[in-house]
Amino acid sequence: MLAFTIRRLFQAAGVLLVVALFSFVMFRFVGDPINQMVGVDTSPAERAQLRQDLGLNDQIIVQFARFVGNAVQFNFGISYQMKQPVAQLIASRFPATAELSLVSALFALLIGVPMGVYTGLYRDTLLSRLFMAISLAGISLPTFLIGILLIFVFSVHLGWLPSFGRGDTVQIGGFWTTGFLTKSGLLSLILPSITLGLFQMTLIMRLVRGEMLEVLRTDFIKFARARGLSRRAINFGHALKNTLIPVITITGLQLGSIIAFAIITETVFQWPGMGLLFLQAVQNVDIPIMAAYLLLIAFLFTVINFIVDLLYVAVDPRIRLGGSPA
Amino acid sequence: MGRKIAGARSLRAAIIAATAMTASVTGATAQEENTLRFAFQGTLNALDPYSLNETFTLGMLGNVYEGLTKRDEDLEIIPGLAESWEMLEPLHWRFHLREDVTFANGNPFTADDVIFSAERVRAENSDMKTRIPADSEWVKVDDHTVDVKLQTPNPILIAEWDTWYIMDKEWSEENGLTNPISARDTNPGEAAYMANGTGPFQIDSHEPGVKTIYTVNEDWWGEVEHNLDQVVFTPIASDATRVAALLSGDVDLIEPVPVQDISRVDSNPDTDVLTGPELRVIHLGFNQIRDELPTSDVEGENPFRDARVRKAFYQAINIDAIKTRVMRDLATPVPLLIANELFADSGEFERWPYDPDAAKELLAEAGYPDGFTVGMDCPNDRYVNDEAICQAVVSMLAGIGVNIDLNAQPKAQYFAKVLAPGGYDTDFFLLGWTPSSFDSWNVLTNLATCRDESGAGGPFNLGGYCNEEVDALAKDIVVETDIEKRDAMIKQAYEILTSETSHIPLHQQSLAWGKRSNVDIVQRSDNQVLFYWAQVH
Repeated sequence: MLAFTIRRLFQAAGVLLVVALFSFVMFRFVGDPINQMVGVDTSPAERAQLRQDLGLNDQIIVQFARFVGNAVQFNFGISYQMKQPVAQLIASRFPATAELSLVSALFALLIGVPMGVYTGLYRDTLLSRLFMAISLAGISLPTFLIGILLIFVFSVHLGWLPSFGRGDTVQIGGFWTTGFLTKSGLLSLILPSITLGLFQMTLIMRLVRGEMLEVLRTDFIKFARARGLSRRAINFGHALKNTLIPVITITGLQLGSIIAFAIITETVFQWPGMGLLFLQAVQNVDIPIMAAYLLLIAFLFTVINFIVDLLYVAVDPRIRLGGSPA
Repeated sequence: MGRKIAGARSLRAAIIAATAMTASVTGATAQEENTLRFAFQGTLNALDPYSLNETFTLGMLGNVYEGLTKRDEDLEIIPGLAESWEMLEPLHWRFHLREDVTFANGNPFTADDVIFSAERVRAENSDMKTRIPADSEWVKVDDHTVDVKLQTPNPILIAEWDTWYIMDKEWSEENGLTNPISARDTNPGEAAYMANGTGPFQIDSHEPGVKTIYTVNEDWWGEVEHNLDQVVFTPIASDATRVAALLSGDVDLIEPVPVQDISRVDSNPDTDVLTGPELRVIHLGFNQIRDELPTSDVEGENPFRDARVRKAFYQAINIDAIKTRVMRDLATPVPLLIANELFADSGEFERWPYDPDAAKELLAEAGYPDGFTVGMDCPNDRYVNDEAICQAVVSMLAGIGVNIDLNAQPKAQYFAKVLAPGGYDTDFFLLGWTPSSFDSWNVLTNLATCRDESGAGGPFNLGGYCNEEVDALAKDIVVETDIEKRDAMIKQAYEILTSETSHIPLHQQSLAWGKRSNVDIVQRSDNQVLFYWAQVH
């Protein structure tokens, strides 16, 4: 187990290094940061000086080594545009993204699982068909379209919910800000979290439905029926429990993509999270922010994968990942 | 997890249009105080007034800071922190400062602050070095009088001083802001986000990219024309969201309104659009410095060195079609590289008429009866409908047999390619220019004086147009203090540029601000958003 863990850790470090290298090479092609940092009147000589001072003339490998060297000390440099340390900027934006992702994930689970169970049990009712139709929309419509649709119905047309932003926030401790404690903060969460969570919700619903259909056909359900157990006990006590293992796995992995996909939702709703910060950075060729963000997302995915791998081994003794030479 | 987005744009537009038509917007929630909620497409970053020479940032800081001069609603220069000034000799100016002014932190405003600011604006990391001559000497006469001694006469010395903001010496030194903040500082700390000006507003809190709150400076020296208690600024990058926020009453003022949404915002009973010509002039330019154009099939020579070819391009472009179709009438065609408002004699110039037949003849005369192929560089997120303008130009030039390979790119890539660091790598391009001093000399020296490969000379003369007469005129214009003589020389320079078709001026794009009907605000054509002329009813 220890050897497995250590090997996985090394693999994770390797993945991060590769991601860092790729993103770094990519930045060579996103454009010239200097032009975004100065006004039009700035002379070419001054621009050249700034380029020199920022180390943009060095070999890419030298720049990369410098970046990695600083990154392992959690020093991601200063944002070209905002003139603040990148680590501090990302930390200040993290709570917004975390809260949005959390609410979206909860929304996806709490709505998706019951819908999946229902459509699995009662395949041909009208309500089931309606749920399936909704899920089709959720899977096929792009996020920004759903977001804009919701804004126009619930903000512009009905005027019930705010069209953008996070509402009023409350400061907790040193750096965490929360929208959970104010009315406008809670109202502001509704539309973005539906937008962000809709895809995951439909995914979970379809997964649960498929698993339910499968499990309901298995022998042990038949035996349970033969024993005369109540429907309720069979459906929820036995069938649902057995469907949840893949659901938990998928949900865990999807948490990472919720955070990563928040970029689009955050842009549509002007949600002041990390995704919006990243997008603003891309527009302005703010390389330090882009590099740090990509590394952070890669790190997040790696950690989640790592935990899932460990859980597999812990939960299911039949899985022996890499334990044998096979 | 690939998501399909093809075709979503038109669908989105249809849905927006459909919902907007039925939109019955409930009024903005009642505010106890008069709050102006403003949304702009970009972000306000560091608050150091010398860090970024850019219209939006300078405008937002102009609510907090003030210069020795200001500009009124029509962009005329009026006294600011300097009550009056006089040119004692061509090389010696004297400025009399206001005596009743304090900074937001309570410190009095004196000549020391002006001299400190004059040093700071010329310091190494400043992006505003062009505001005052580098070799000028600043002398304190008494606490409220400052002398400026110049090395060369400068008729437009104060032209850009409305955005050269005076900072408090004592406060700056206390907060480690003696020098402008640089991108390579390892730890600029919080100072980059503090502001202490003399203006009608103060910045209460500033989270870049999230929210900025302005409150009123109760001790301001001037006469208050607004009725605001607070201004809340939020950047909203997405066009659709920004428009939705205005329509739903979540914000009171947005900038800009996308061209395609203008009629919708205007037709809503609770919202209006303010439009007007902006000072920026969009133009096309030709590379005339290269011996051979790498993107062209013409070998051994550069067709753009022939003025007839340039004029043929000019006359092949139907500017009215661009105005009505591409710009939806939100453009003012111009005959010169400067906005009509900024040059008194601009009315005496006319555009070369649109005449494709004449254009074809000119091409044939120049030796290209069958046209030729050339590449064109165009930004796609910098100016209003920039890529669409380029596409229109491409199809119009196809009409005279010229085949254009259009390369439209985001501004970050575009400018990296066509400006000095990219080696001015363009043969034919679209560019916009606003003279920051509102004066023709800025246009001539940046866009039309000779340059070498490294950009010494006219740094934004991307095509390298070069005429020694224009160079000589530019050198005289900058030191001529007699306004009439000066204007005559400017006119002469423009005549040369026009007769040689150095560039193809296209139009001034329009400003488009969206506002709730209960908001009154002055839209100045330099596009600065100034809250001190805003009223909320």
